[in-house]
Amino acid sequence: MASQVDQLVKPGSGRGLLDVYGDRFLLKLLVRKEIKVRYRGSVLGLMWSYVKPLVQFLIYFVALGIFLNLQRGTPNYAIYLFSGIVLVNFFTESLSNATRSIVDNRDLIRKIYLPRELFPVATVWVSAVHFLPQLLVLVGACLIVGWTPSVLQLAAVVLIFLMVAVLGTGLGLLFGAVNVYFRDSENIVEMIVMVVTWASPVLYLWTMVQEAMGQWFWIYQLNPMTVAVEVFHWAFWEPTLKADQLVADATPPGLLTLWLPVATLITLAVLFVGQLTFRRLAVHFAQEL
Amino acid sequence: MTAHGHVAISCIDLRKQFVLRHTRSLKEALVWLVKGRKGDLSKKFLALKDVSLEVKQGETVALMGLNGSGKSTLLKLISGVLQPDGGTVRTRGRVAGLIEVGAGFHHDLSGRDNVYLNGAILGMSEKQIDEKFDSIVEFSEIGEFIDTEVKFYSSGMYLRLAFSIAVHTDPEVFLIDEILAVGDEPFQRKCIAKIKELSGMGKTLFVVSHDLDLVATVCERGVLLEHGEIVMDGDVHEVVGELRRRSTVQ
Ligand SMILES: Nc1ncnc2c1ncn2[C@@H]1O[C@H](COP(=O)(O)OP(=O)(O)O)[C@@H](O)[C@H]1O
Ligand SMILES: [Mg+2]
Repeated sequence: MASQVDQLVKPGSGRGLLDVYGDRFLLKLLVRKEIKVRYRGSVLGLMWSYVKPLVQFLIYFVALGIFLNLQRGTPNYAIYLFSGIVLVNFFTESLSNATRSIVDNRDLIRKIYLPRELFPVATVWVSAVHFLPQLLVLVGACLIVGWTPSVLQLAAVVLIFLMVAVLGTGLGLLFGAVNVYFRDSENIVEMIVMVVTWASPVLYLWTMVQEAMGQWFWIYQLNPMTVAVEVFHWAFWEPTLKADQLVADATPPGLLTLWLPVATLITLAVLFVGQLTFRRLAVHFAQEL
Repeated sequence: MTAHGHVAISCIDLRKQFVLRHTRSLKEALVWLVKGRKGDLSKKFLALKDVSLEVKQGETVALMGLNGSGKSTLLKLISGVLQPDGGTVRTRGRVAGLIEVGAGFHHDLSGRDNVYLNGAILGMSEKQIDEKFDSIVEFSEIGEFIDTEVKFYSSGMYLRLAFSIAVHTDPEVFLIDEILAVGDEPFQRKCIAKIKELSGMGKTLFVVSHDLDLVATVCERGVLLEHGEIVMDGDVHEVVGELRRRSTVQ
């Protein structure tokens, strides 16, 4: 701060996401505001973030697990299903809210200079606040059926959480910035959100995809969300299986040694591209909104 | 306390151009591209033309001009909300823009929450807000309504709270856009007294207002903007006189 007083500086030239770190207090207030405002006048409040995924889970479980009888071939199918659903929900909520965040905060952006990255980042935090209770429900369910994870598996959960948050931020920065110029961005994101549940092995098994895609299976694995969901299965679902239930091909070969690093790299690349695009477009946000 | 002498705001050959875009749809933009970019998808408009201006620390400057002459645009360039298309603008110290009072207020939050949110938006730290909270509430005369949602405030209360937060952010440079003439008579006097106090403390003020008598009492220097160009820069009374003359001629 002291140096700012001493010299002439160009107003409004920030350092992107780094500035968000410097503005943690404001970030905290924005996240709190978002949560307060979202559940204003609702009786259940934050409870809604439990109810919605539970309903979603029940629908899939009844339709796929019971009607299509996927639960017969997949022991603890409920855990398999729920671990994927919560993760995908975290991603889709982050992405769709981050995409709208710049346009939604136009009143502020037009009048006061702030690091604009604050807004998409805040929405990802809000999604994380919704995600954590769901994760607790998942952990509770896992414990009931006898979950015995290794330290490595627990570490993987944390890593995947961070990876999905970064992926949501990166794509959110990209689509949020483009949304200022072309509101089509929101529609594209709606499509991504629709596709992503089905483009990862949330409801079905990865082996089914391999059978269908054969040698092209690696394309499916390039999707970071696919890898994220598979790692969640490895960390939550597999350790709940009893010795006689263990499936030989619970996770694709090379998941941790090859695909996880690949997914991490792709995620970082997405963040880089997102931030770069955002910074280039952010210069004119105030006048375009 | 800060002596006159150091430059607080420096604008050199500032140019700002707005693009009046006619479409927000990707489809229309693509059609336009495919059709060989025929016609204009946008119209360009120069809001500021080579504006050069230097404001010293502790100076009080009134920016005047008719509607659309580019006053708000210049203030937004100085606060960093907008970026220039040509030239450079530089500032020294923290700049607080009262570009529009209450920007960043959220209707569904209480006055208290808004003090924290708005204070943080204007660059205050948690500790600073904690320390100044009582003083902010006192100056705003909001009293017990501080825990009421601001959507239930009258426009005067809303404005008083917003103004009170802004003056407590303690910046080096104050940018004030058309907000002095709002609120009731007593509070307006209080605001003006506060602004004079700030200038007495050596803060730099850059004020836009349509109330010419008012700016003449608050500011020493006047700058007249016309169609995005500075046409006069000097003693505030002379500039006010010139603006009055021009207005009556038209
Ligand atoms: N974001 C914008 N996009 C397009 N034109 C703009 C924008 N902001 C301001 N303008 C135009 O620039 C000119 C100057 O505006 P402004 O600086 O607000 O004038 P003043 O504050 O002196 O009344 C006006 O003609 C206005 O229509
Ligand atoms: Mg204006």
